[in-house]
Amino acid sequence: MNTKRGSLLPRLTSHPGKRVLPGFALSMGVSLLFVSLVLLLPISGLVVESAGMSWAQYWAVVSDERVVASYRVTLWAALIASLFNGVVGLLLAWVLVRYSFPGKRVVDALMDLPFALPTAVAGITLAALFAENGWYGQWLATLGIKVAFTPLGIIVAMSFTSLPFVVRTVQPVLEDLPVEDEEAAISMGASDWTVFRRILFPSLWPALMTGIALSFTRSLGEFGAIIFIAGNMPYVSEVTSLMIFIRLQEFDHAAASAIASVVLLASLILLFGINLWQARYLRRLHGR
Amino acid sequence: MQRTSVHRVGEQRWVRWTLICLALGLTLLLLVMPLLLIFVEAFSGGAQTWWANLTDYYTLRAIGLTLLVAALTVPLNLLFGVFLAWLVTRFEFPGRKLLITLIDIPFAVSPVVAGLLYLLLYGSNGWLGGWLMQHDVQLMFAWPGIVMVTVFVTCPFVARELIPLMQQQGREEEEAAVVLGASGWQLFRRVTLPNIQWALLYGVVLTNARAVGEFGAVSVVSGNIRGETNTLPLHIELLYQDYNAVGAFTSASLLAVIALVTLLVKSFVEWRQARQRAPLHEQQEQG
Amino acid sequence: MSITLEQINKSFGAFRALDDISLEIGDGQLVGLLGPSGSGKTTLLRIIAGLESADRGRILFQGEDVTGLHVRERRVGFVFQHYALFRHMTVAENIAFGLDVLPRKSRPVAGEIRRRVGELLEMVQLSHLAGRYPSQLSGGQKQRIALARALAMQPQILLLDEPFGALDARVRKDLRRWLRNLHDELHFTSVFVTHDQEEALELSDQVVVMSAGRIEQVDQPQALYARPDSRFVFDFLGHVNVFDGTLDGRLLQQGEAWIRLPENREGASSVQVYLRPHEVRLQLQPVAHAHLPLQVEAINLIGAEVRLELRPCGWEAAQLWEIGITHAEFNAWQPRRGDRCFAVPDVGHLFGAGNAAPETLYWG
Repeated sequence: MNTKRGSLLPRLTSHPGKRVLPGFALSMGVSLLFVSLVLLLPISGLVVESAGMSWAQYWAVVSDERVVASYRVTLWAALIASLFNGVVGLLLAWVLVRYSFPGKRVVDALMDLPFALPTAVAGITLAALFAENGWYGQWLATLGIKVAFTPLGIIVAMSFTSLPFVVRTVQPVLEDLPVEDEEAAISMGASDWTVFRRILFPSLWPALMTGIALSFTRSLGEFGAIIFIAGNMPYVSEVTSLMIFIRLQEFDHAAASAIASVVLLASLILLFGINLWQARYLRRLHGR
Repeated sequence: MQRTSVHRVGEQRWVRWTLICLALGLTLLLLVMPLLLIFVEAFSGGAQTWWANLTDYYTLRAIGLTLLVAALTVPLNLLFGVFLAWLVTRFEFPGRKLLITLIDIPFAVSPVVAGLLYLLLYGSNGWLGGWLMQHDVQLMFAWPGIVMVTVFVTCPFVARELIPLMQQQGREEEEAAVVLGASGWQLFRRVTLPNIQWALLYGVVLTNARAVGEFGAVSVVSGNIRGETNTLPLHIELLYQDYNAVGAFTSASLLAVIALVTLLVKSFVEWRQARQRAPLHEQQEQG
Repeated sequence: MSITLEQINKSFGAFRALDDISLEIGDGQLVGLLGPSGSGKTTLLRIIAGLESADRGRILFQGEDVTGLHVRERRVGFVFQHYALFRHMTVAENIAFGLDVLPRKSRPVAGEIRRRVGELLEMVQLSHLAGRYPSQLSGGQKQRIALARALAMQPQILLLDEPFGALDARVRKDLRRWLRNLHDELHFTSVFVTHDQEEALELSDQVVVMSAGRIEQVDQPQALYARPDSRFVFDFLGHVNVFDGTLDGRLLQQGEAWIRLPENREGASSVQVYLRPHEVRLQLQPVAHAHLPLQVEAINLIGAEVRLELRPCGWEAAQLWEIGITHAEFNAWQPRRGDRCFAVPDVGHLFGAGNAAPETLYWG
């Protein structure tokens, strides 16, 4: 490819980076092959299957009452869980970044537990904890609160599995906050809350939003952690991923695909949205 | 309130300790207790029962299948992750940003949807699956299908660990190595690999943890044939639904241990990386 | 090994980094590429090395066309601005790297490699740091190790990208001197990039001044300083005092100030006279050929001479004038802020409209 003779003619491509470091062709080949085979091919399969249905059929399936109920349950639960995680996650990140205390390293490591723990394990554990005779369940029962086999259980499961997203997104941003801004504000007499509200929070909220959005996206698709604790009662505590599963077990591949296409579309839109948001806001912040 | 020694928000003692206690309390309730429960339930029948449950025939088969899946998934995703990270952080080309976003797809997609995607394609009614059936190859409802779906679900992890690190480290060291005459393999082995080894380790360990624990996607393609196509998480589900809580938690305890090891490795990796970033101490002599 | 660049062009998207650059660098010369950021000097250096490729044009080493040659084959030594030392290898391993990766048939035995590394460490006077890691070194030490690593391959051409940019003044001076000595001893052809005029003028055999992707002037340092070719080079090479005025015959006027040129000039045009700080004197009274009233604005005592900053009185200049006087003169005169005096030009450079080279004026 490299000719020994130089040329005064303009080159058609000018990508010097490709030439200096080795391995462009190989890594491009492997990556494209893998991405096509593992990611794109299966997605196209879904598209083909969904396209195979008529619009009327498609609509009938995705707007079936039970399915719509599952959308509602899933979306609401995910929203509440993510907002809860936003608050708790911010608190945890704050404490981990700002303060020292015995056992801090352990607590920091534990933040990743929901990420590393299999969802089925999380599922049976949460179900056991919040069952009426469970450690938490009995105590909550005295307050008249029932978690297992209710939508509240779904929220708990979603919250558990997606907590790390908020903590791990906010932590680095907290660590990078410049000390001088706070010191200046405090030396001018502002109260802690004012400084937090007007100086710290504006820097934090893009990362917090990103974390909440990631937590939301993850919760939408959560399956293993939910089905043990939710009770899975149609119209009440049935999530959309379970609906897809049920349709599959009924061998109704078409219906499952239709619902899945809705979920997939929503996830992809959220994913691209989050990436765009991150590119814009987080870079702007770090650009100063 | 004295401000002389307070430079940052939330430094006052009462604020600090309130928040710390709150955080510790939440950690205890949300993270520690569940862990504790797993082991309490698992050992609630005594150590011998625990062992008997673990070495039960179907449990052993489940463990074996899970290990097989991990053994195939991890190296594959390791290779892919490294190649992708190299491609995306060391070269400029049209579509680079798109590729980086594409790799996040398994992250955003529900595992059940992931399983469905593969079922549609490779199941006996799928367009590839039909063709494969004619050649007597069955991927779905058998262990190959489980492996494929696990590969899908875990493919981002190594890449996502490597990409930010390699971007931050920049290509200068590699350029320097090329100027000095290094070939591609020498470059990778001597310059790049030592720089990314800890992140790579964590990526592998994380991929392994997720491969071993995948539930939703595997549920769809597995067929749930006891002893044949049940991975450990599916086995746990089966036991739990059979009201064999102790058995379920015994297997769960195994997976919980793997999760804890994963956390340990991550701590270790971060400790190593922090050490490398420690401020250089200037020498006394000039220049 | 001589380096010839023929009509090098390079664009990054819409941005024209290098515009038809042609340059000849003789064998064994030490050449500085000088210019502000964005001038294209680093891009040019990297193109010579092969770390970037030109869109058009040729590069020749000792007459041989290397344009299509991969950087690995070019056998140049390159020292990066931020050293690019391999962070996971010791200093000795860093220096040995080039030798270690040679193909088996050309690779020296391990003992020989060790010996060469030892020699290089001696040469940079850092033998005691052989076992350290880059993060344990100071900036100046890292720079010397980077240099040793490049020299281990005994290159005929050594390229340095802002080699002393990140170091403090004292270290920079020492290393500059040391690099020059090394170059004189080992006779490689060397090209370095800098934005520091002092550095370029002190070190180089030839200085190439660049701006916005073009070469403004190529000259030996003394010639460059004495006879800058263009406004840009003037402005870039240190402070210059500018007198902007209207020319009528021999008289150049602006406001209350005027200068009588040594010879008649045609036309009443708007011209500028550039005066270097050392080309103009200060006196308490004006002379026959110039009336340039100034007021002392600031006095800078540190240095070999005293630098005065002066504000024009009754006329205007875009920037304050700077003129140096010896400490002896300063002690005799004892100027204070607000004192008035007059500038007396000895040598000047006349710029007409347009970008033509200036004309040097001498007042006897």
